[in-house]
Amino acid sequence: MDIKNTTKSLIGTFEGNKKLKRFLPQFITVVAIVFIFGFFAFNASVNMDNRGIDFGLRFLGEESSFDIQFSLIEYSGSSSYARAYLVGLLNTILVASIGIFFATIIGVVVGISRLSSNYLIYKVSEWYIEIFRNIPLLLQLFFWYFAVLRLLPLPQNSEILLGFSYLTIKGWYVPAFIWNNLNIFLYSVIAVIISIIFVRNYARKLQENQGKQLPVLAISLSLLIILPLLSFLIGGVTLSFDHPELIQLSDTIYGFRGGVSIPPELMALAAALSLYTATFIAECVRAGIMGVGKGQKEAAGSLGLTPGQTLKLVVMPQALRIIIPPTTNQYLNLTKNSSLAAAIAYPDLVLVFAGTAMMQTGRAIEIVSITMLTYLSLSISISIFMNWYNKKIAIKEK
Amino acid sequence: MKRTLKSLFSFLAVFAVVFSIGTEAMAAKKSKTLKNTIKKDTVRCGVSQGLPGFSNADASNNWTGVDVDVCRAVAAAVLGDANKVTFYPLSAKERFTALTSGEIDILSRNTTWTLSRDADIGLTFVGVNFYDGQGFMVRKDSGITSTSQFKSGISACTNIGTTTELNMRDFFNSKGISYEPVAFEKADEVVAAYDAGRCDTYTTDKSGLAAQRTKMKDPDAHIVLPETISKEPLGPVVRQGDNVWEDIVRWSLNVMIEAEEYGITSSNASSMKSSENPAIKRLVGSEGELGAALGLGNDWSYNIITQVGNYGESYKRNIADPGILPNRGPNQLWTKGGLLYVPPAR
Repeated sequence: MDIKNTTKSLIGTFEGNKKLKRFLPQFITVVAIVFIFGFFAFNASVNMDNRGIDFGLRFLGEESSFDIQFSLIEYSGSSSYARAYLVGLLNTILVASIGIFFATIIGVVVGISRLSSNYLIYKVSEWYIEIFRNIPLLLQLFFWYFAVLRLLPLPQNSEILLGFSYLTIKGWYVPAFIWNNLNIFLYSVIAVIISIIFVRNYARKLQENQGKQLPVLAISLSLLIILPLLSFLIGGVTLSFDHPELIQLSDTIYGFRGGVSIPPELMALAAALSLYTATFIAECVRAGIMGVGKGQKEAAGSLGLTPGQTLKLVVMPQALRIIIPPTTNQYLNLTKNSSLAAAIAYPDLVLVFAGTAMMQTGRAIEIVSITMLTYLSLSISISIFMNWYNKKIAIKEK
Repeated sequence: MKRTLKSLFSFLAVFAVVFSIGTEAMAAKKSKTLKNTIKKDTVRCGVSQGLPGFSNADASNNWTGVDVDVCRAVAAAVLGDANKVTFYPLSAKERFTALTSGEIDILSRNTTWTLSRDADIGLTFVGVNFYDGQGFMVRKDSGITSTSQFKSGISACTNIGTTTELNMRDFFNSKGISYEPVAFEKADEVVAAYDAGRCDTYTTDKSGLAAQRTKMKDPDAHIVLPETISKEPLGPVVRQGDNVWEDIVRWSLNVMIEAEEYGITSSNASSMKSSENPAIKRLVGSEGELGAALGLGNDWSYNIITQVGNYGESYKRNIADPGILPNRGPNQLWTKGGLLYVPPAR
């Protein structure tokens, strides 16, 4: 058998076999990636061996022995590092959720105002956007934290705010809720949600089949008030408040006992993140609205829709297709930017876990990997949710 | 003739190269870190991001402080020039990773020597260059003069990534006081937040409190409480596994302390060469072969003393004269009632 023929037939099989042709480059890529990561892992383990460092996750079960300023779950220094991780993660999710909530509201309002025909309104929105998106976030964070911190009064000088809370340099002290039969109240809330969804569906069917309109908003609102009220009157639910109370700790040091304190770090971080990200969302909203043809609005007007209805029924559904994908990016940015918290002492995942815990255990590789994986999972969850939402609101071509 | 001369020269050149490689290899044969330091002609030293008295840079990036002087001493011993140091300002969080990953060769950054750090994370502590303890600072007008007056609800500002966080918990828990810890990544933000009134007390090592107090808007409005709640022996750290380098750093520090004990200063070191006392003569390199044992030249300790000075000079220059801690307290020689007691250099 001569070599020339063998090669030829090999090339022949390769060219002929489309499956192989498609499969081979991918196979090589996978092998290369595995090899590269394997090399890094091997290299790291050899070097760690040389320096007398071992690798493992057993430390997660050990006692953390440090305290955390602000936690959504029960935590003390005798809890484990795994628990400290959870505290940090929940704090990150909390500030990201608050940030996304306010950034979306401010962004939509500013984005729409940017297109207003009122000179004052659109100029103010324009200035807001240009100022806030062009200053580095970290500086804004320091501004909100230190400037605002200096403006807030000491506990003993604080005036009562909204009749029930105190806004001081040490935090915003609000009454704590003390519930009795909380579960019955929660059931009533679930019942409200279900019935509102039912009413909305019924109203849509009515509109489609008979052209009648139900006052959905009024019905929903009254449901929202009546059902929980019934749970109080009949279900035996009671709610009392634990009001914060000024106490003196020394000649000039005062604090509050009772109530719940919202730390200034959380407020500053949430404010900085939402005001910064809102500018980008506002621009996404503006782009989305401008992307809807002028004729659409005119057609809606000629059908007799009010400007509000035009925006809600004609412009927004089309604009959202353009708005959602770039806004998803902004949500992801906001979540990742929340890691700047470490600069102003908000105990987020980076400060608690990739900061204190890493320092106390010295397990840099393990902790940084876990932190990276966590942010990756958070971001991917947001992406998946937004993609689902995007698909849901996409115009269904019939 | 010309040819003979030429071949003689080339022979000499080759010999010189081989010889120089030979001596260098001898000196550095046991230590990779020493070899790298000589090759790079600089000591890579991790310091703080700015703590007056310990490691602080001025406007033209000249570093000063007692921690800085340890690195300068090593540079004087190994390279013969105390200025051949490259400083790497590190946060508390980054410091150990920078050392274990090989980015720096000495960590001289007011770092507390503890069992878990020494044993766990690939580090070796070589000695103590400052005996410290954790304390509290409060505003003078608060009327608090002792930690026994602390009450539940107090908020305390501090740095993350230090033993301070752990000591603080031990202290407040043992007294049954509930407190609010506010932990920042950088010292500047801790001071700013405390100064703004966010916290009632600021806690860290007492030397740090004294140093940061000088940075405040009105230093006289704050006092450091007398109680010390922990032992904080601060000292230089090296990577585990390079024993020769570890010895060099340890004895560079020890020489500074021993020089003070024998009254050798940067100004009188050269005249001490003709001293009667053999211990002094060994320290200034006119007797014995102490340098060779470390793989260094015999003038290593002389260079340290003349270029950096003894421990007392370093303390006076960096800590006492700027008014940070004029009283040496435990950082006095054992002969004068302090804790500084180093093994003999012989």
